[in-house]
Amino acid sequence: MSNELIEFVLVSIALLGIGIYGLSVKRNAIRMLFAVEIIVNAANLNLVAFARFMPHSGGQTLALFSIAIAAAEVAVGLALIIVAYRMYKNIDIADFRSLKG
Amino acid sequence: MADALFLAISILTIGSAIAALEMRSLVYGSIALMGTLGGIAGFYVMLDSTFVAMFQLAVYVGSIAVLILFTVMLVKRELIFKKIEDPKRKFAGIGLMLIVILALGAIIMDSGIKTITTDSDPVDFREIGGDFLTYYWPALILMALILAGSVMGALVLARREDTVENEQ
Repeated sequence: MSNELIEFVLVSIALLGIGIYGLSVKRNAIRMLFAVEIIVNAANLNLVAFARFMPHSGGQTLALFSIAIAAAEVAVGLALIIVAYRMYKNIDIADFRSLKG
Repeated sequence: MADALFLAISILTIGSAIAALEMRSLVYGSIALMGTLGGIAGFYVMLDSTFVAMFQLAVYVGSIAVLILFTVMLVKRELIFKKIEDPKRKFAGIGLMLIVILALGAIIMDSGIKTITTDSDPVDFREIGGDFLTYYWPALILMALILAGSVMGALVLARREDTVENEQ
């Protein structure tokens, strides 16, 4: 193993920072979903990296579960964005003032 | 120290993550997000977790990125190329990002993680499959139900009722 654990953790921290920046600055609903995806991937990278250096199979199993749940989350999130776009004709989240059906 | 392949993949991952958030066009942004997800799959291969890497490629790069591209195509053309963000919040966001990266990085560099290395063999993927079918089988079934429910919920949410009424 030529790489150390700290390098993977630092890449993961950088991705987390970029995701937090995207969530706080962007108002485009689809771009906020991008930022959420980047944060989820940073967490998964941490899980797999620590599992490799432990070594234990539990981290990879948890990462697989996490990927599947993220897929479900993206499907529902995009459907919500489509519904909100149909209602407001915009994807700016500042315009989504009343999301009560 | 990090080798050249690691540096290349990390530059690809972080650079395309920034491009995904900052590119003007949402279509190019979602293609850049594909680059980030593929770079993460490359990290999984470097960590000897090829099973997770294949899962990442199939689920993220294969289906989620295509789903996002189709959603972008449903949006009006002006909105795809319009940058929607708070200009006032931009510097605050960059500051928050730097604070998070520097603080977490300082804590991590100060901790004992820096000295961890391993010479042991990677976990065999047969062991993961065995875990799924023995110890984690209730979680696997629950996850299947969650996935089916969320896909059905997404379909119900995105259905258009007005077109059916018009045809009648």
